[in-house]
Amino acid sequence: MTLNPSPNLFSRYAGTLPPDWPGGFWWHWLVFTVIIIVFVLALVMGFIWLERRGMGRMQARLGPNRTGPFGLLQPVADAIKVLLKEDIVPAKGDKIVHWLAPVVAFFPVLMIFAVVPFQNGALLADLNIGILYVVAISSVATVGIFMAGWGSSNKYSLLGAMRNVAAVVSYEIPLVLSIVGVVLIAGSLSLNQIVLAQDIPFILLQPLGFLLFFIGGCAEINRSPFDLFEADSEIVAGFHIEYSGMKFAMFYLMEYAEALAISAILTTIFLGGWRGPVLPPWLWFLIKVIAVFFVMVWTRTTLPRVRIDQLMALAWKFLLPLALINLFITGIEVLTWPAALPWAMVPVNIAIMAVLVLLWSKLFKLGWGRVEV
Amino acid sequence: MKFERYGKGIAKGLMVTIRHLFRHPVTTQYPEQRLNTSRRIRGNELIWDNIKCTGCATCAKSCPQGAIRIVTSVNSVENKYVVEKFDVDTGYCIQCGLCVEACPYEAIFMGYAYERAKYRRGELVQADEMLLASTERRRSGYMYPEIAAELPKQTLLVEGKIKE
Repeated sequence: MTLNPSPNLFSRYAGTLPPDWPGGFWWHWLVFTVIIIVFVLALVMGFIWLERRGMGRMQARLGPNRTGPFGLLQPVADAIKVLLKEDIVPAKGDKIVHWLAPVVAFFPVLMIFAVVPFQNGALLADLNIGILYVVAISSVATVGIFMAGWGSSNKYSLLGAMRNVAAVVSYEIPLVLSIVGVVLIAGSLSLNQIVLAQDIPFILLQPLGFLLFFIGGCAEINRSPFDLFEADSEIVAGFHIEYSGMKFAMFYLMEYAEALAISAILTTIFLGGWRGPVLPPWLWFLIKVIAVFFVMVWTRTTLPRVRIDQLMALAWKFLLPLALINLFITGIEVLTWPAALPWAMVPVNIAIMAVLVLLWSKLFKLGWGRVEV
Repeated sequence: MKFERYGKGIAKGLMVTIRHLFRHPVTTQYPEQRLNTSRRIRGNELIWDNIKCTGCATCAKSCPQGAIRIVTSVNSVENKYVVEKFDVDTGYCIQCGLCVEACPYEAIFMGYAYERAKYRRGELVQADEMLLASTERRRSGYMYPEIAAELPKQTLLVEGKIKE
């Protein structure tokens, strides 16, 4: 039995396929699509559990512990609850936009995983512009969020969506600039090639880039402390205020899938992706992704929410100049550093990061114009 | 040059939260895990001693809610009151403990229990024999240190791991 719908289609791709792809294009497509969907859904459930339990423990409480052992079935219970809820569409809302928004917001996030390598060469599509594709496709989710904000016909949802758009526009720049530093060192845009280039994890070669990417990533996917697009205490729930039932579940899923995507990209380009001793590569990848997400939970528990002006000030006055300087220094290093001494770059770059952050903390003030913040 | 905004506060905050991750949680799983309450708790019931009670109705007079009703008749032979009816509407009771403090004969006590919710208002009215002390209806140490000494010590969360 073959999965090819038409032999012509297969033969069209057959010549362009790398020889090591097992079973041809369609098998590869099917296997990796299933792997990605299962990976995303399973890890999103794991993340919800990890976030709620971890946050609970950090706040000296237990977190959900009624459903299943250690509350492991809590995400399942949440999903069932959300599926059984009534789907309400606001009477004055833009119905089509309101209906489409969760889909538009969720699927780009799922598509990011097409280029994330689970182990050497194990990815849906080894695009030679992999990281550019990630940057491009991840911004599309914002359109969905703005559609949700607009289509709900609610001032809070529109406010939240506009904040989100503003934040994504601002944070995309330092995010991309920090990625460019990695690309300069790795010499490739393909995520698999970037992982293969990491004999030294890029977190050591690009510590400042890592910091900027982490902050920018957290801001883009509205994780606390940058979760003011859905700040419960001021704009109730932001863009998904008018959503219920399955559509809300899509947004919830998107939120965690985005966190997973940022963790996966961060793992891939800074932490050495699937590389690691002893354990199998996919397990290393999984461990690193979960560790990165744990740091996100950790910062969420710790830091209070920032205001919108502080968010903008952080992006334009702190992250952007540092990203530019980082890019400049990285460019000089790539051009002039002797290839025999890659490890010597590590202390130099860490020192540069420390000096830059210290200096910028003098120049940078939150709440400009106020005496004390 | 003084540096103070380079993220020291963030690092300090992160250390606090990670330390809490390895601490024991302060919440308790209530139905399975019960803590000992204060030995001087003013629980939501009253305990009445019908032997010591003389029917003087000081408790009823002291009750700011008027929750205590006491009906007495006169026993002219022994020259004292006979308590015919003594009931407390615990739905009105605000657990102020004034009746316990007012009683000149140490005949009324606050209850030690706190799980006395009922489904009907009528069930909240406790009368006569229902008010007597028993193993389920222990007296609280409120106003009476000698009773408090017999009760188990209060569980304090700062003491570390909670015993089941």
